[in-house]
Amino acid sequence: MPIPSECRYTETHEWLDLDGDIVTLGITQYAADELTDVTYVEMKPEKSTILPGEPIGEVESVKTTSDIMSPVGGEIVAVNQRAVEEPSLLNSDPFGEGWLIKIRTADPSPLDGLMDHETYDKRFPVAG
Amino acid sequence: MSSVASNTLSRTPFHEFHVDNGARMVEFAGWEMPMLYRSIIEEHCQVRTSGGFFDVSHMGRLRFTGPDACRFLDRVCTRQIHGMADDQCRYSIVCNEHGGCRDDVLVYRFGPDEYLMVCNAANRTKLLEHFDAVRGDLDAEWRDETARTAMIAVQGPKVMDLIGDVAPDVASLKRFRFVRKSIMGADVLISRTGYTGEDGVEVIMPATMAVQSVSLLMSTIGGADSPVKPAGLGARDTLRMESAMALYGHEITEQIDPLSAGLTFAVKLDKGDDGPEEGAFIGQEALKKIAETGPDRSLAGLVLEGRRTPRQGMIVNADGAEIGVVTSGCLSPTLGRPIAMAYLDSARREPGSAVEVLLGAKKVTAEVVGLPFYKR
Repeated sequence: MPIPSECRYTETHEWLDLDGDIVTLGITQYAADELTDVTYVEMKPEKSTILPGEPIGEVESVKTTSDIMSPVGGEIVAVNQRAVEEPSLLNSDPFGEGWLIKIRTADPSPLDGLMDHETYDKRFPVAG
Repeated sequence: MSSVASNTLSRTPFHEFHVDNGARMVEFAGWEMPMLYRSIIEEHCQVRTSGGFFDVSHMGRLRFTGPDACRFLDRVCTRQIHGMADDQCRYSIVCNEHGGCRDDVLVYRFGPDEYLMVCNAANRTKLLEHFDAVRGDLDAEWRDETARTAMIAVQGPKVMDLIGDVAPDVASLKRFRFVRKSIMGADVLISRTGYTGEDGVEVIMPATMAVQSVSLLMSTIGGADSPVKPAGLGARDTLRMESAMALYGHEITEQIDPLSAGLTFAVKLDKGDDGPEEGAFIGQEALKKIAETGPDRSLAGLVLEGRRTPRQGMIVNADGAEIGVVTSGCLSPTLGRPIAMAYLDSARREPGSAVEVLLGAKKVTAEVVGLPFYKR
């Protein structure tokens, strides 16, 4: 399970955790709170090839629908089927059981341009 | 709706209560309101199975007085106000000349010369301007009491029993009736009304009494396993959708008439026909014409396949041609299926018909159904 303090963060509220050449991606607690109750998760299928900055899926909540973007390109090696079946995991445990997707990337360098935990947390503090 | 980033918004007397209870506050029609406390779906189910408490103080409260108050209300309301009993509430539409909806309102009769109107927060100023413009020579006055009062809704299957333990006269109220009580020297109005499809009451009280009343309410019934818990605007919206209640800006707008919206029961097309006592209402002629031919499009229910949420503005197709548009939708917490209200060509809204809803690039199959989706 990724440790929030070691993740990188996008402006669009995805977290990314790099382990070897595998990037795990999910949405932040801030994003989950903003969305309200998540009701639907649809990710591109495993083995799809994605380009950096491309939408890799959609997350729907009671209030809104949001694209999920990946700043890194590569091959989708895993989709969290539990989150697809139980979308409320994105609200209750966005860094743990509510992760979305794993991507094998040959070029993790886009991560360097993202926010670290401290910067993200300052800009988007979680209420309460 | 967006997160609160401004201090120019109005706050209800319950603001502190919301913050203390962990509410996510959002801007709604110029007010800072709780969207949810914990989870919209959880709060929705809480109201369907037990009880929920909503702050609805943002809604407009206008008091009408004077010998012509009734005649004036009959001029602006589609429903007959003359003939209401004391302590009765009546749902009505306020129309424009073209028969479009300026707002939907609840009118309370205190006596022959005194009424209260509850309207939508977003339409309060617009309605006051409209009323000033059409007063004519009628001897009627109105006063905006929104700021000096507070309003809550307590809704759910366990609510009336709980109230019966402390106030039997409230528990024995019929639907759309109210009582006025003096509690600790303050005037409190309790009506058996609501906007969730569940039984329950709405309570109007002086703003100064709000905090005291809610702490009393929560200390009486407010434990962690309490049958009544706070619920936010998010749940209020999904609850009213399941019960197919219209929301201004969605099912009814200045461009949509109440007959198309299925609110025929709230429109007295022959108002004033039988004598000079009342006179016609604004928009009556336009609505009569619509009634003669029947509306081109009218409101219907859709139940969609899959789990995706239909939303306002999505197009509805049948046999490859556009036949309608979605006005509201959600993944129904009670039914576990996506539901939508939609305006469909009147010839194409037969229950059981198969249609398609365009969700972005995808087409989702749906079935036309009768309304409401949920009935207690």
